[in-house]
Amino acid sequence: MPQKQLIAVVKQSCQTCQLVEPVLLQLQQQGLLSAVYSQDDPDFPSDITTVIDDSSLHQSWQRKIEIVPTLIQLHDGEEVARSEGWDRAQWAQLAAMEELGAELPASRPGCASKSIDPGMEEKLDIRFAGDGLEARRVPIGDGEDEMEAMFERGWSDGLPLVPPTPERVLRMLKGTSRAPHEIVGQVPPDLVSCTVEKVAVNAVMAGCKPEYMPVVLAAVEAVLEDKFCMHGMLATTMFCGPIVIVNGPVTRAINMNWGMNAFGQGNRANATIGRALQLVIRNVGGGKPGGIDRSALGNPGKYTFCFAEDETDSFWTPLAQERGIAAGSSAVTVFAGEGVQGIVDQKARSPEALTASFAASLLAVSNIKSAMGGDAILVVSPEHVDVYRGAGWDKARLHSELAKRLLRDGEELVAGAQGIDEGLPAWVAGKSIAKFKPGGLMIVRAGGNAGKFSAILTGWGASGDTGSTAVTRAITE
Amino acid sequence: MTTERVLMDPTAELNTSARERTPKPAQLTGLRVGILDISKPRGDLFMSHLAKRLRERGMEAVEYVKPTFTRVAPPALLAQMVGNVDVVIEGLAD
Repeated sequence: MPQKQLIAVVKQSCQTCQLVEPVLLQLQQQGLLSAVYSQDDPDFPSDITTVIDDSSLHQSWQRKIEIVPTLIQLHDGEEVARSEGWDRAQWAQLAAMEELGAELPASRPGCASKSIDPGMEEKLDIRFAGDGLEARRVPIGDGEDEMEAMFERGWSDGLPLVPPTPERVLRMLKGTSRAPHEIVGQVPPDLVSCTVEKVAVNAVMAGCKPEYMPVVLAAVEAVLEDKFCMHGMLATTMFCGPIVIVNGPVTRAINMNWGMNAFGQGNRANATIGRALQLVIRNVGGGKPGGIDRSALGNPGKYTFCFAEDETDSFWTPLAQERGIAAGSSAVTVFAGEGVQGIVDQKARSPEALTASFAASLLAVSNIKSAMGGDAILVVSPEHVDVYRGAGWDKARLHSELAKRLLRDGEELVAGAQGIDEGLPAWVAGKSIAKFKPGGLMIVRAGGNAGKFSAILTGWGASGDTGSTAVTRAITE
Repeated sequence: MTTERVLMDPTAELNTSARERTPKPAQLTGLRVGILDISKPRGDLFMSHLAKRLRERGMEAVEYVKPTFTRVAPPALLAQMVGNVDVVIEGLAD
């Protein structure tokens, strides 16, 4: 037996495999072909005596076959070269024959191997290598409705979940290069270690695609940083939940929405990344309403609140870059926030007028009498951005002009002043008090092209060292 | 091929364990009472007044302050209280 041998992997339902039948016969007659693995029909090719039934796809999986026919050259049993589809020149080279398949066209593309049919790769991984997953397996009875089973086990946020089968979890884990058993942090309130695998299980349930995993992981790690204070934010009787803002190339790669209806429904990435984060808190951390989650009213963003910043042009520095991330890199910023407060200004044509409008609206954050308390995000929509673009105001200029207009006379803020009992201690009288702590106001671009409407995302009343500080974290693959 | 339908558990798979509570003391007299202010607004006024009233009744009150109500008590603070006081009174809300 020569040291060099050829094997082929085929399937009967592939026209190119049928086309190469006479070539395979020619190779067999030359004593070069040691085996033909057939994926779907052990009687195909009918004239070949060395057909091996590979309907289990074990060989195809082991040899990582993507295309049929694949011709593989072995040397002492080890693969040294392969050709996918029919390519006369390549096959002739592998067989070291000058005349091969002379009657066939020079080349024909092959078909997809059955081992890479949709969903098959994970099934084969599990069948032949085991899934390597550590999570407990929850068997579902024959008569049991798996959708209802998930509700009954308390895994749901109130909406239906995608069943986290081992195949789906494995597929989700392919979205990240990180090891499944790597610990991403301690999830409150139970403060238990959370693995990449547990994040993947919850991401499956949330409806994520595998390519969202790096964003979900970055968001989970960001909320687990101590300064974000996820535990307190969950336990508070106030409204807040984590708001996730995504910057950088990943937003385009996974088709996130920063435009029309950016805070609303309809975009899978926006909807499911925010939801996956909340499901991790719920299921891994044990944070559930009525348990440690004590919010008096909550807000609809506690199902999911995630959007991208509009970076369609470079007029304003993106949020992530303002917060230390290199241009061209992707990042998440998490913010302990509440709902959306719209700012309607259809008349301002100058940056001064619009800034005055924004500042006056921002004074209402938490309470018109509060200062240095809750943080906020000002989300500026394209038509409003254009007002600043026309006047050449960059983001930094808007920050500084807003800061000037957000200074209050202490007298107005003292408890009881303006007929409002809320307010600050008497010592602030006579002082000039900033509405927000340094760094407490972030500016983000988002929204559809029509509508002179911007928005305030109000932060949790407990900010900074007392409570939560926004966290920006780079997204890694 | 997996024929049995199986879902991967999304939870932390924790087992809860029940621990017996320390019995409530019949009275505070003779005990060292910890007073924990969690730093809620005006909590300091309420809790220090409580300490004062306990002392007026001849009890020993030791006052502690948590840095912020939004985070769990730092281990060092817990260690300070354990063994130093017999009971703790903590105010949870505003």
